[in-house]
Amino acid sequence: MVKVSEKIAIEHGLKSDEYKKICDLLKRTPNITELGVFSAMWNEHCSYKSSRKHLKKLHTKGDQVIQGPGENAGVVDIDDDDAIVFKIESHNHPSFIEPYQGAATGVGGIMRDVFTMGARPIANLNSIHFGSPDHEKTRNLLRGVVKGIGGYGNCIGVPTIAGQTCFDESYNGNILVNAMTLGLVNKNKIFYSKAAGINKPVIYVGSKTGRDGIHGASMASAIFDDKIEEKKPTVQVGDPFTEKLLLEACLELMAGKSIISIQDMGAAGLTSSSIEMASKGDLGIEIDLTKVPCREENMTPYEIMLSESQERMLIVLEEGKQNEAKKIFDKWNLDFAVIGKTTNSKNIELFFKNEKVAEIPIDFLAENAPIYDRKWIKAKLPKENNFSKEQFKSLKLGDCLKKILIDPNIADKEWIWDQYDHTVMGDTIQKPGGNAGVVRVHGTNKAVAASVDSSATYCHAHPLTGGKQVVCESWRNMISVGAKPIAITNCLNFGNPEKEKNMGEFVECVEGITEASKYLNYPVVSGNVSFYNETKDKGIKPTPSIGGIGLLSNYKEMMTMELKNEGNYLLVIGKTEGHLDQSVFARNILSEFNGPPPEVNLFNEKQNGMSILNLRNKNLIETCHDVSLGGILTAISKMSIKSGKGVKLFLLQGLVNKFEYFFGEDQGRYIIEIKPENLENVENMLKKDSIHFDKLGLVEGNKITLENDLKLSIDDIKEGYKKWLKEYMVN
Amino acid sequence: MKSSVIIFPGSNCDRDMDVALKKYGFKNQMVWHNDVEIPKSDLIVLPGGFSYGDYLRCGSIAGKSKIIKSVIDFANSGGLVLGICNGFQILTETGLLPGILQQNKYLNFICKNVFVKIKNKENKYFKKIKKEILELHIAHNEGNYFCSKDELKSIEDNDQIAVTYCDHEGNDDEKNNPNGALKNIAGIFNKDKNILGMMPHPERMIDPFLSGEDGSLFFENLIESL
Repeated sequence: MVKVSEKIAIEHGLKSDEYKKICDLLKRTPNITELGVFSAMWNEHCSYKSSRKHLKKLHTKGDQVIQGPGENAGVVDIDDDDAIVFKIESHNHPSFIEPYQGAATGVGGIMRDVFTMGARPIANLNSIHFGSPDHEKTRNLLRGVVKGIGGYGNCIGVPTIAGQTCFDESYNGNILVNAMTLGLVNKNKIFYSKAAGINKPVIYVGSKTGRDGIHGASMASAIFDDKIEEKKPTVQVGDPFTEKLLLEACLELMAGKSIISIQDMGAAGLTSSSIEMASKGDLGIEIDLTKVPCREENMTPYEIMLSESQERMLIVLEEGKQNEAKKIFDKWNLDFAVIGKTTNSKNIELFFKNEKVAEIPIDFLAENAPIYDRKWIKAKLPKENNFSKEQFKSLKLGDCLKKILIDPNIADKEWIWDQYDHTVMGDTIQKPGGNAGVVRVHGTNKAVAASVDSSATYCHAHPLTGGKQVVCESWRNMISVGAKPIAITNCLNFGNPEKEKNMGEFVECVEGITEASKYLNYPVVSGNVSFYNETKDKGIKPTPSIGGIGLLSNYKEMMTMELKNEGNYLLVIGKTEGHLDQSVFARNILSEFNGPPPEVNLFNEKQNGMSILNLRNKNLIETCHDVSLGGILTAISKMSIKSGKGVKLFLLQGLVNKFEYFFGEDQGRYIIEIKPENLENVENMLKKDSIHFDKLGLVEGNKITLENDLKLSIDDIKEGYKKWLKEYMVN
Repeated sequence: MKSSVIIFPGSNCDRDMDVALKKYGFKNQMVWHNDVEIPKSDLIVLPGGFSYGDYLRCGSIAGKSKIIKSVIDFANSGGLVLGICNGFQILTETGLLPGILQQNKYLNFICKNVFVKIKNKENKYFKKIKKEILELHIAHNEGNYFCSKDELKSIEDNDQIAVTYCDHEGNDDEKNNPNGALKNIAGIFNKDKNILGMMPHPERMIDPFLSGEDGSLFFENLIESL
C-alpha cells in the first residue's frame, strides 16, 4: 500500500495546508483510501470552497420555489400538483480531452440529477462554447461534442429543444459544455438525498464500477497544461442504454413507498454520494466495498471509492423492501446490491475483505471542508467609444447586415440541432432556433418554455453589467414565447479563482445575477460552478450560463418569431439608444473590441416584458422576437428568413445614425407584429403604460427594404446565414 | 380495432405511438419484450428507439428477442405489422423485410421534417389517403436503406416500395435523399403488403402544434382500412 505523504497529497490536488488540516483533524496520517476520499470531497468541484461565500447571496426564494439550491436539482411549482425539476451542469474539462464521451456523460449526469428526484426528464438543453473557428481544434471538438450530446439524449428519448453555441478565442484551450435537463414530477412525490433512520440498507444500483473517471472531480478542479491529453483515461464513458434502463427502473421503484433517499453517483462517485446522503441526514454510513459490483478485476478500495463510472445510483431503502426493489432492477437487467447501512456513528466506515480500510467523521469531509474568502478586484467600467462620422461614411446597411449574419455567433445552427432528436415524446411545440424551446406538459393544456443564455463578451467587458444582462436576456426569451418566467439555474464558468481578476469576475457576475433575478422575481434554484477553465495561464472570458424556464398556462397561446401576415405592423418595444460598444457590429464592422456593454435598466426591462405579456393576454400580438446580438436589423432578418416574408422598414424621423439604430444592442427590447386593426389599441395601451415604442415597418413582399438605403431579398441574406456552419464543418 | 405496441427496454417512441393509436380510435395495449404471447390484435407495432441499446447492429438483438417469434408468426399468418424507425430496422433483422439499414450517408443523426411520396396504395396502410405526398418527420442515425441488386429487382417487381423521400412536389431524386437510401426508399412492404417498415415517424405528426399533421392521415386511414 502507498504510504501517504505531503507529496502524495499534493499530487491529489490538495494544498500543503489542506493536507496539514487533514492530519490535524484525524490526529493521524490518513491512509491512501482516506486521502483519496478527502481529495475528492475537498476539491473545488465538490466543496465549492472558493464560491460558497458568494453563492449565499443568490436570490433563491419565490412563491413557486419548492426546492432551491443544495439538492440534486431545483424544483418549481407549475400548478395542479405538477412541478418542474431542473438544473444545468458543466462538463467542460472532460469534453476538451475527449469531446464525444465528455459531452455525452455531461448529458447523462444532468439527466440523473433530475430523475433522482423522481421526475421524468422531458427536455434537454445545452450551452456550448468553442474557440475561434480558425483554431485547429475547434472543428473536431464541435463535431465530437454535438455527436456526444446527440448520442446520449437521442438514445434515452428525451428531446433536445434548445441551446446556444458560441465561438471565441478565449475558449481555444478550454471549451465549455453545459447541459441542462427539465423533468416533470408530481409535487407530492419528490425524492430527496437526505438519509433518515439508522440500520437502513444502502443499495447500489445501475452499471458496474470500473476504473474510468477516477479523479474526474479533481481533474475538473485543475488547470490544463500541454500534457492534458494524457488525462484521457480519467474521462468517463457513457452508456445511454443503461441510463434508460436505470431511469425506467428508478421511476418504477419510486412509484412505490420504499425509498428513503436517493442520490446519483456523479462527480467523485460513491464517495460524494454516500457522504452527502449521510451528511444531510446527520448520520453515519457503513459500506462493504467487497459487495460493490465491479467490472474490472482486483479493484482496490481506493479505486472503487473514486471511480466515476456512469449510470449508478445509491439508494437508502426502508427496511424489508429489498426484495420488492430487487425485482424491479432484475426486470430491467441492472445490478442491485446491498452494500451497507446507515449508522449513528456519524462516521463513514469502509470495509474491504473483512477489514476496515477507512474511517472518517463525516463532518470533516462536509462541514469542515475548507472555505476560502479569496481576494478579488473590482472591474472598472470601460470608457465609451466616440465613433466618428467618418467611420460610418463608406458603410452600407446591406453589406454590414450580410457580414453580421455570417458571424459565427449569429449564423444559423441548424447543422447542430438537426443532429439532436428534438421531437421525441411528441410534445415539442417550439423547436430549436426560436426564442426558446417549448414542450407541452403531457396530457395538459400547459407548456413549459426553456432557454440557455450567456454573454461572455459583455461579462468580460464589465462583469456586473454582464451578470445582470444574461438574466434579463433569459427572462426576455421566456416573454417572447408568451411564457411567464418562473426561475433559473446557473452554470458559472470561470477561470482560476486564485487570481484576483478572475475571482473578481466571478464575484461581480454573481452580484449582477442576484440583482437582476431579485428585481425580476426570477430566482436561482440550482446550478454549479466550474472554475479553473484555464490553459497555460490563459483563462476563459467569464461565462455564466443561465438556464431559464417559464410557464404557459395554455400552450395554444404560445408566440413564435415567424412573421405571419402581409400588411401587419412591426413595432419595437423599448428604447433604442444605439449602443454599439461591445456589439457584433462594433467587432465585425468597426473592428472595435473595447468599451462598456449595453446598460441594463431593470425597471424598463420589467415594464417592457410585462407589457408584452399583457398584450399577448389580450390576443393583440401575432409574432414576437427579442432583440439581442446584432440589434434590430439582425432580429428582423431572422424573422424574415424563418417565415419567408419580407419587411418594409420606415425611415424614422430625426434618426441621426442608422447604423446605431439598426445594429445597436440596447437591452430590454422586443419586435412585435400587430394586425392593422389592433394598432391603435396597442399604441394606446403602450402609451398608457409609458412604454417606449417605435413603429418600425410593415410585413411586405419578400425583401427587406428601407427607402433608398436597403434592399435585400430574403434569399440573399438567407444564403450566408444558413450556410456558414454547414460549410465550415465540411471544410 | 385492437393494436399492440411492443416495448423493448430501449424503446423510446412507445408512448408516442400509444398516444397516436388511441387518438385515432385503436384500443392499444403495451406488450413487454420478455413476454412470449401477444394478446389478440389487429395490428402490431414495433416502435422507434434503441431496442437493446443498438451498440451492435441496430435491431439485431431485438430480432432475436423472446417476443419476436410471436410477431413473426402473426406476420406470417397475414397479420398487420408496422415497424417505425428502429421497428423497421428490427423487421429487416428478422428477415420479415428484405435489405438492411446502414448508417446515414453523411454519418450524422438527422432529425427533421421530410416529404415522402406514396408509391403504392394497394394496401391497408395507404389505401384511402387522398394525398400523394406526405410531410413526415425523421429522427435516425441508421436509415440508409440498402439491398442487393436481386433483392431490389424483386422488391420493384412486387411493388414493395411503400414510400420514397422527395421534395414537396414529389421529386424523389438524389437531391431529396436525406440519408443516402437506395432509390430514396423511406419504407417498404413485404410481398403480401401486410408488413410495413418505414423510417419516418407518423406518430410525431398528429397535431398542428407539433411538426405537422400528415401523420394523422396515416392513422385515420389505418383505422378505416382495418
